[in-house]
Amino acid sequence: MKPVSVSNGNLLGHWRRWAPVVVLLALCILISLFNGNFLTFGNFIRLLNSAAIPIVLCMGATFIILMGSIDLSIEGVVALTAVIVSLLVLNDISPYALSLWAVPIAVAVGGMMGLLNGVLHIKLKTPSFMTTLGVGFAGVGVATTILGGTTVRISDPTFRFLSLGRVLEIPMAVWIAAVAVAVAYVIQERTRLGRWLYAIGTDEMTARHAGIPIERTRILIFGIAGLFYGLGGVLAAAQFGQGHALISQGRLFTTITAVVVGGTALSGGVGSVINSVIGVFIVVVLANGLVLMGVEPYVQQGVQGLLIIAAVALALDRSRLDVVK
Amino acid sequence: MMQPVLEVRNVSKSFPGVKALDNVSFHINKGEVVGLIGENGAGKSSLLKVLNGIYQPDEGKVLVDGREIIITSPRHAFDSGIAMVFQEQSILPTLTVAENIFLGREEEFLRFGLISKSRMNAAAAEELKKVHLSTHPAMRCADLSFADRQMIEIAKALSLDSRIKTDVTILLDEPTSVLEQKEIELLFRIIGDLKQRASIVFISHRLEEVLEISDRVYVMRDGQIVQELAAKDATVKELHQHMVGRQLHHEYYREARQATPSAKTVLECVDLNRDGAFSNISFELHEGEVLGIAGVIGSGREDLARCLAGHTSPDGGNLLVNGTAVHFGAAYDATAKGVGLVPSERKVEGLVAPFSVAENMTLAALPKFVSGGIISFSSEKAVAADWVSRLKIKTPSTATSAGSLSGGNQQKVVLAKWRIAGVRVLILDHPTRGIDVGSKEDVYELVRDMTAEGLAVILLGDTLDEVIGLSNRILVMRDGEITARFEAPPGGKPTQVELVRHMV
Repeated sequence: MKPVSVSNGNLLGHWRRWAPVVVLLALCILISLFNGNFLTFGNFIRLLNSAAIPIVLCMGATFIILMGSIDLSIEGVVALTAVIVSLLVLNDISPYALSLWAVPIAVAVGGMMGLLNGVLHIKLKTPSFMTTLGVGFAGVGVATTILGGTTVRISDPTFRFLSLGRVLEIPMAVWIAAVAVAVAYVIQERTRLGRWLYAIGTDEMTARHAGIPIERTRILIFGIAGLFYGLGGVLAAAQFGQGHALISQGRLFTTITAVVVGGTALSGGVGSVINSVIGVFIVVVLANGLVLMGVEPYVQQGVQGLLIIAAVALALDRSRLDVVK
Repeated sequence: MMQPVLEVRNVSKSFPGVKALDNVSFHINKGEVVGLIGENGAGKSSLLKVLNGIYQPDEGKVLVDGREIIITSPRHAFDSGIAMVFQEQSILPTLTVAENIFLGREEEFLRFGLISKSRMNAAAAEELKKVHLSTHPAMRCADLSFADRQMIEIAKALSLDSRIKTDVTILLDEPTSVLEQKEIELLFRIIGDLKQRASIVFISHRLEEVLEISDRVYVMRDGQIVQELAAKDATVKELHQHMVGRQLHHEYYREARQATPSAKTVLECVDLNRDGAFSNISFELHEGEVLGIAGVIGSGREDLARCLAGHTSPDGGNLLVNGTAVHFGAAYDATAKGVGLVPSERKVEGLVAPFSVAENMTLAALPKFVSGGIISFSSEKAVAADWVSRLKIKTPSTATSAGSLSGGNQQKVVLAKWRIAGVRVLILDHPTRGIDVGSKEDVYELVRDMTAEGLAVILLGDTLDEVIGLSNRILVMRDGEITARFEAPPGGKPTQVELVRHMV
């Protein structure tokens, strides 16, 4: 008996690796053919701006998915951290005015929620799917309770600058997202944590046998993901100038779609934060293009739904899968 | 006398129903190559797992350099100087060569918490040189051939050599089974070099290779070490005899009840072949016959069994059931034609463990119990109760979850499932694996009952003994082909030695 050599699928493998980029370029060309406004500087900035928050959220979610887990707590963390940060800066409800000092506090709260995800998931041995779903719901619940259903209005211009300010014509939110990508990339490529999360996502047994501290790694990665979500919440509050629980609506779906469309496999071990950046742009460009083409919002949602299914179908060589759950 | 680098003293390890290791003592000296041989299930893998820290022995101790240690994990074994090269590889395809070699040991390449890829790649290149592999350390392992990955696994084991103070022992589990002749020669040259620095335990089914490369050979059987001999004095034939050992017990296998098959062919293969698994398989199976298939792991017999049961499709040749050519696209096609498989992974593939005994029994024939789209519990229960008493299944009731029964009774539930489905050909893949001796005899009794009723059985036995004792005819497979055919009438059974010669 000779095991099948893996190398003969090379060509297809390389195509798969580059597919997200090809899809993104094709989309851009297609849309610019339909609408001349697509390729303008103004629209380019608009694209970058709408990509900023999803990119920050995707950095965390990519790590979790590379590890073979899933994180459904994104909306809960974003809602709670957005509400907390908006109450800590100058606003119309609470007396605090910590200005930028509120940012690390909110981000830390995100990190704590991520750690909570990880600790519950590992210590109770509950699947990440259910654990994070629960923590996420709790997060939205707490955020709603804090405000009793009202909205906080932010009146701190320094804080708003985090999203609205422009440096070299480019919004601050985009710069912050770029830094987030750089940090995530270094973690992924140059730290043990990054290496180990690939190993765990590929084959946890082998990773365990190699002496990798699986539990600690998993918990830390959930914590790091929470930090990114917390930053996402801060950016959302700064962008809208207000804090309320609904600020996170729809972000979970966009984030997971972008990660998967970018080519990170839900089964773990394959993908990269760079893939997810491409994935975010595919989602954002598509949405932008549909708007430019005058497609109705609900149809846009439908298109996004189809996109994620197509991406999952294309991302993996499924012919060798025996069981699909 | 020299202090052994690694020693195992009076180690025993039991699992429910099986004694995997029975008072095993074993040692290896510095710079020595020790061969370890035995049939499937003789205890080689269990011994390796004890040395590698996956199993903890129930009794006995393990000594490294004369000091007793308790090996808690494969990583602990590695740090103690025992490196295992697995038969199923432990190379992660998504990581690069260098990342795999130093997985879990990245500390030495850290600078300010960041891994220096260039230093790691350089160190990996050093290790690759030791195994004469020119692969680039930054290449992804998914893009490498299977043989190259095997070499990387060996390089990973060797990387220990320059990093720990104690002497290194490398456990090679069937390293040659996936290598080509040229690569095997290279591996043997490397082992020759290694003797300067490390001690090696070499496990293989290819006895000529074991004799060629080893200084000493241990033979295992039934969880015990039954023989230790110097390789230079031993012959392959001698090794065969030690591996096989005991004599047949006619009574045990109910030979008196061995049926004479009728002339009617129920299943026939003509030049059946599946790429990478088996080729040129031709045989006929008759009503009331037990056809045994003997072969080591990798002989292709498991693949053949799965193919005959429709789990996989052949790439060429013909399969005939009752004289008509059939093509099975999936297992239910085979079931519809009366062919069923009792898989070796009983708990995973044979049973739906949380389902009740009755639900498991009717699973393959559910349409028979359905009227108007609704399952009739009363007829399901009645049929299940009937089979529980016919097969003497020990269960509190037909509503008990099948997973809670003993191994032997679980296997009876699986057999009942196929009988209820009305199969005429039953493929038994290791039907007595992991069940106790008494239940084994029950299973043998059931096999005789089935053939008396005209069913045909294809048997992939757990041991050679079993194949010989139960079968009317025996096919021997090696490297995906049939290498010998034996008639096995009661009183005229072939010996194990005769079979083994064609297996390895």
